[in-house]
Parts: sequence; structure tokens; C-alpha cells
Amino acid sequence: MNIKEAVEKLNLKILTEGDLSREITDCYIGDLLSWVMGRAGEDSIWLTVMGNINSIAVATLADVSCIVLVENASLDEEAKAKALSHDVTILQSEENSYRLATKIYELLK
Amino acid sequence: MSSIHLRYEVPGDDFTRAGEASGAVKKRLKALGYNSDAIRRVAIAMYEAEINMVIHADGGYCDVDIFPDRVEILLADKGPGIPDVEKAMQAGFSTAPDNVRNLGFGAGMGLPNIKKYTDEMRIETEIGVGTNLYLTVKVNN
Repeated sequence: MNIKEAVEKLNLKILTEGDLSREITDCYIGDLLSWVMGRAGEDSIWLTVMGNINSIAVATLADVSCIVLVENASLDEEAKAKALSHDVTILQSEENSYRLATKIYELLK
Repeated sequence: MSSIHLRYEVPGDDFTRAGEASGAVKKRLKALGYNSDAIRRVAIAMYEAEINMVIHADGGYCDVDIFPDRVEILLADKGPGIPDVEKAMQAGFSTAPDNVRNLGFGAGMGLPNIKKYTDEMRIETEIGVGTNLYLTVKVNN
């Protein structure tokens, strides 16, 4: 599944657009950035409520596929600018991590 | 053996710029064709160390030497020093203030993560003088 398909199937809102053809092979959930950075797998869809500039750095360094801000968590302006300049795709979902993750699980099966 | 030497300034108390050095090194290693596992380990270790310098030490500088078989990194600051290195190395121990925790840091994972992702790690620290952190990541191409 690529990001574009995920957006359509999971009803996600695009906040910043990077390469939407990028593949998603795994999913990771977490808000503690050091924890996420050390454990999120490459090409994961990362579910979090952290929409600050450090999330963008973590996404880039850990090479996740994209970020999803769950429960409509907000993206601050600084973070948005950094995401755009680094081609990081940030999406937003009304759902909480658990509910969204169960759907992602079905799609990645 | 030839090497590439890079130096980056890490600004103090500026989270918006933390990660620039590690991001730049990551790009450079990618362009040089290093394997993705080594690049990831270098990037994570460096970013954690950068964040530490921003939170605790009012910034510093970072020297990176890229060899064919390894990457050596020195992160040097003139911060307060680490009173108890053993304690600082324990997962979950943190002295980061609340505003930092609200940003998603301060979980006490920084130094443990750095240790986990590097092959060698050495800390020289002196109270009131500063801290030098020496890291080596081996590259198996």
C-alpha cells in the first residue's frame, strides 16, 4: 500500500504533501520521540499526537513513510514549514490510534 | 585511510534547528552509498546527542569523520557536565525540564539510545567545564 491509497482508504486529510507514491510496509504508534526514533521501522506509517517540529526531524531520521496526527491533533506552523521543506507527508485522522491501527492492520495484511 | 571531515555548530536552546547536523550527515552518507542500517544508526545517535546539547548544555559543536569502515563523531559542549554518568545512562532517568517533556523528549532515553545504536561510546565530562561524547559507528558494507 502506498500513502495515496492509505489516504483514500482510511479517509485521511493531507496536511503536507511529500511523495504520496511512497510505500507503507509497517505501522508504529508512539509519542515519546526518543522511543519512536529508536524503534519505528523504516517505511512505517507513524501514528502520533505530536505535531511539533521535532516530530519532523524524527520522521526524517527514522525514515518513516509518513506521519498521521490522530484524533485531529494539530500541526504547528513551524513543523508544517519544516515538513514541506523536507518532503515529509503529514496526514490527519479523526480516529484514535487504536481504531486507526486496526484498519491499517487489515490493509497491510 | 582517507576520510571526510565535517563540522557543525549546534545552537543552544533552539529546538527548531536541532537535527540539522544529523540530517546533513545522513544525506552525506546516503550520497556516499553507505548502507541504510549504518546511516540510520549514525543519524539517531547524533540526533539524540544534539538534542541533549540543546536541552542541557546551551549547544556546542559536532565533528564527524567519515571513514570507509566507520563513522566517528565527537559532540562537544561547554555545558554544566554530567554529575553521575552511570545514572544518566539508565533508561528512564532524566533531568529534562517540563517544557522539554511536552515536546516529546525527556523520557530518559537519550544516552541509552546512543549506546544502543553505536559500536563505541565514551563520555568525558567535568562539572562546570563541559562534556565530550565520542561515538563510533562501524559500517559493514
